[in-house]
Amino acid sequence: MDTILDILGAVIREAISPGTAAVAIAVIGLNLHFGYTGLLNFGQSGFMLLGAYGFAISLVHDIPLPLAVLIGLGLAFVFALVLGIPTLQLRGDYLAIVTISAAEIIRFVGRLANLKDLTGGAQGIQGRTYQPAFVDLSFFGDGSFTLVPFNYTDVADGAGWVRALGGLVFAACVVAVVVLVRRAKRADDPAAAPAERRRGLVHKLLVALIVVIGLYAVFFAMPVTYGRSGVNGWWVRAVAWTLVALSTLVVYLLVRSPWGRLLRGVREDEDAMRSLGRNVFAIKMQSLVIGGLFGALGGMVYVLASTVQPDALGRQITFFAYTALLLGGAATILGPVLGTVLFFSARILIRESARAYVPDSVMSTQQTEQFSFIIVGVALVLLVIFRPQGILGNKRELRFNV
Amino acid sequence: MSETTIGTSSLADPAARRALMSGVTPEPGSAKRDPILKVDKIERRFGGITAVDVEHLEVQRGIITALIGPNGAGKTTFFNLITGFDKPSSAGSGAHWEFDGRALDKTSASSVAQAGMVRTFQLTKSLNRMTVMDNMMLGAQGQAGENLLKSVFKPLWRGQEKAVEEKARELLARFKLLEKKDDYAGSLSGGQRKLLEMARALMSDPKMIMLDEPMAGVNPALTQSLLGHIQSLRDEGMTVLFVEHDMHVVRHISDWVVVMAEGRVVAEGPADTVMSNQAVIDAYLGAHHDTDLGDDEVLSESALEEIEAEVRADEAAHEKHEGDKP
Amino acid sequence: MRKGLVGALLLSLLVPLLLLSGSPSANAATLCLPKPDETGCISGTVGSRAEPVAGVDVVLRDAEGNDVETVTTAEDGKFSFAVSEAGEYFVVLDEETLPDGLEQLPPRSAIAGPDGSVKVAAKLGTSVSPIVEVRSEDYDAGGESFTDQIAQSVVNGLRLGLLLALASLGLSLIYGTTGLSNFAHAEQVTLGGMVAYGLVNLAGINLWLGIVVTTVICAASGYLQDRLLWQPLRRRGLGLTQLMIVTIGLALAAQYAYQFFVGASLQKVVVRDFGTTTFGPVTLTNLSFLAMGVAIVAIAVVGYVLVRTRIGQATRAVSDNPALAAASGIDVDKIIRLVWTAAAGLAGLAGVLYALVISNGIRWDTGMQILLLLFAAVTLGGLGTAFGAFVGSIIIGLVVELAGPLGAPGDLKYAVALGILIVLLLVRPQGILGRAERVG
Repeated sequence: MDTILDILGAVIREAISPGTAAVAIAVIGLNLHFGYTGLLNFGQSGFMLLGAYGFAISLVHDIPLPLAVLIGLGLAFVFALVLGIPTLQLRGDYLAIVTISAAEIIRFVGRLANLKDLTGGAQGIQGRTYQPAFVDLSFFGDGSFTLVPFNYTDVADGAGWVRALGGLVFAACVVAVVVLVRRAKRADDPAAAPAERRRGLVHKLLVALIVVIGLYAVFFAMPVTYGRSGVNGWWVRAVAWTLVALSTLVVYLLVRSPWGRLLRGVREDEDAMRSLGRNVFAIKMQSLVIGGLFGALGGMVYVLASTVQPDALGRQITFFAYTALLLGGAATILGPVLGTVLFFSARILIRESARAYVPDSVMSTQQTEQFSFIIVGVALVLLVIFRPQGILGNKRELRFNV
Repeated sequence: MSETTIGTSSLADPAARRALMSGVTPEPGSAKRDPILKVDKIERRFGGITAVDVEHLEVQRGIITALIGPNGAGKTTFFNLITGFDKPSSAGSGAHWEFDGRALDKTSASSVAQAGMVRTFQLTKSLNRMTVMDNMMLGAQGQAGENLLKSVFKPLWRGQEKAVEEKARELLARFKLLEKKDDYAGSLSGGQRKLLEMARALMSDPKMIMLDEPMAGVNPALTQSLLGHIQSLRDEGMTVLFVEHDMHVVRHISDWVVVMAEGRVVAEGPADTVMSNQAVIDAYLGAHHDTDLGDDEVLSESALEEIEAEVRADEAAHEKHEGDKP
Repeated sequence: MRKGLVGALLLSLLVPLLLLSGSPSANAATLCLPKPDETGCISGTVGSRAEPVAGVDVVLRDAEGNDVETVTTAEDGKFSFAVSEAGEYFVVLDEETLPDGLEQLPPRSAIAGPDGSVKVAAKLGTSVSPIVEVRSEDYDAGGESFTDQIAQSVVNGLRLGLLLALASLGLSLIYGTTGLSNFAHAEQVTLGGMVAYGLVNLAGINLWLGIVVTTVICAASGYLQDRLLWQPLRRRGLGLTQLMIVTIGLALAAQYAYQFFVGASLQKVVVRDFGTTTFGPVTLTNLSFLAMGVAIVAIAVVGYVLVRTRIGQATRAVSDNPALAAASGIDVDKIIRLVWTAAAGLAGLAGVLYALVISNGIRWDTGMQILLLLFAAVTLGGLGTAFGAFVGSIIIGLVVELAGPLGAPGDLKYAVALGILIVLLLVRPQGILGRAERVG
């Protein structure tokens, strides 16, 4: 029982870690590229790395934080232009090959021994050299904090059944949300009765309420304690997840607008868009830039609680981002966040379970890590084949493959 | 925001159209009274093959001009060239074309459309994973909400969006697609997609609409309604240029016919005259030259109504089949 | 080396004296025993077993770069640190204490830490050995004249180019016939090296037989892949983008599977030394000449098949227009399966040869490191044209090898090749040999 709780604890800590939030922001950007515009950007890690470098190097040189953020975003902006100009007029595969190459070039350059004074070479930039500027902004105070403050330990002396109850409530919430969302999807169908469609708003509020209850139940049963501030405390988590929420909101506002319609039009058929008098190149460039800025923002969040390490932001991260996006559902608003959280949680779940239950003679600690990544790779394959729309995607949409 | 033109042009009267074109010599490259499109020395080669080599061509404003010719005559390539989807090999060495007084030599496909010359495609390009309504909304020009900075603030474009949607509804109703407005375009039948593409093109209030084989793959029942739509566009004052294989269709609705063969314009003239032109029969018809080119009997109303009923049944079955697909 | 030996001998005499006098700067090396969950060991030898260097101060730094401990190597050149926390550490030699005429060899980039240190990942309960190498200072890479360097680089470039061509032909054929950008192609290359490592090094099969068997096994893997995965997916009508993401998933799974089964370190395919041959300014291992010969023969065979045989014509027909090819009686599925088989076989062969003569061993990421060079080569020549892939590979090989002597920093030679690709796309988007496409 303790082992299970340990595993679940590790999973929850991973799910709310700043790293997960950072990748979620990058995936939100990738969703704009791939999900909405159909751009095959395989260089999202390059955008992240540029954002991280711009941000961290600026801070190391005592540039104020807001300016440092702008410098990171500015680098990603220029990168998007440089990538876009030669490739956006060409077929999609070229963009894939050029973006992945360009991201690698950035990583190679960052690793250069000659640039050691600036980028720290292969070892990167130590967190303590740039993090204080951010950590000092914290108004969360000192000491540690437990989320949620009122948890199972406060009821019946933390008896096992209280925790189990919390877990059951969470499970019930998950089931309820799944049922409600499925029903809502059926109602979205134009074939459904109009009365059913009108219930939309009430329905959304209900789902939101259940999600909040479910989240509370998780932390009630599995409370998490970190320092209030500090390099790896609640402050950085709060900022990271607030940025995730803001990014999601911005993308929502963008894609429901006529501008978002342009993106989807380009994804479906560029020639048709040209015949309707749209400048396809400009639309794709806008999408590449905006998504890239989210990538850079993700990169900055990524290094807030760790170091700037060029190899940590290599192409693996891009591939993870694609897996997370497809898991959650491309071209959906909440898919990127849901997908990223599930992706990282599932990997830790696999790894920790393998560590706990597979004897070392069969699988060493090192091998459990690799095992979890093998599963990730296989899962990506199976996902694309059997549920290409992901968790939130619309299956109906996929029937009309271009 | 301009309303869809429902008024009638003076050219709605067949006699007026005949009178207009009567002074034009029926020969390749002849001058028109009021040309909306003028093309000069446009040539396109693929490898060693010359796909298009048009010395001079004018298209009269306000009437329906048909562009016909055997397979491989270069009709679609010609369409691509003048709409900016392809570049002539003769670019820079005399190639010149202008639309409504505006030179288009170096204009991109999107600017051509913005200038008021909108085309459709032989293989329909409906935006499959978008709803019929979204397809339509993309047709409208000059939307404030398509500006990246304004798009985030709904109040800046809400009003215009409503107006565009209203216009799209009108057009959809006219093309009998209104009840499909929330369906994905990919779920429509081939003929409905052709209609959608035409309706979408009309959203931008073009001066001239270019239809690439509008009847290809469309069942006979819809053919009649498509023809009706094309004629009513003309009657409202729009210029129509269309590529077509079916001689019945051409004879039925076109006011002027341009014949292409092996990349060149070989004949021009009113439908009847052109179809009896020996050069056309030689170049275009080959083996079939003893059959009558355009027999209007086939398009008689009663015959069509019978077919229509049959096809409706077929289409219902087809749609059901589509729906079953995983 | 002799100087170093003398120095080492002298030092080995001095060390006991120093120990007796109680050196204040460093602890003597004591043996470390790993204990599960308590102690991890980082121990190794300075110099080689045959020529150990004694009396050198070895510094252990933690991940933050702070000095943790310093020990002096014993007579056998051994040093050993005990750590109580797992994680990343850096080992560096104190240059001051190295005997005159010796210097620390800069570590490979994969294990390089700051200031010429060697990165080690320490784990509790185990012992890890960082490779700390020394060389005599008069070893000078820049000793040859510039033209000699260029000549050597051109030959090296041709060697790399030929091996890249071997791998990129398959990538290009797959792209041509199916439209798929196969991101897992690099893992096919690695597979070749891995299988050869198993057959030749572990099982002790003759190298030449091993190469042939490896190629056959890899080809079989391509056949099976198409049979079990790609063909069913084509039948399902999966889009190209989805298929491409499937290849990414496969690549990920394969990379970690290699690590899982073989480990994360470089494995040699052959331990034997085959000697070198020198022609004027150019020196290459004999194995390199053989590898280039094998590559040329294999490429020539593929070229002959594509141009002269019915199967080759059918393949090119499928590349041009699958629907038309099918309509004219070509069994498109059969051709594609053949292409997958040949592509995997060629990639496997390239993997063995690459492991033998270029990377000096095979590791889980060997293929991944050249994947982008392969894509660059294929794109440079024109997507989907086999001959273009060949030309592109040779160009990329030359660029990579010539970048160093012509002034690019060593780490950047791959980046230069990718940069050239991006520039070329600006000027000639269809690649060097590709045709411009008809729009609409």
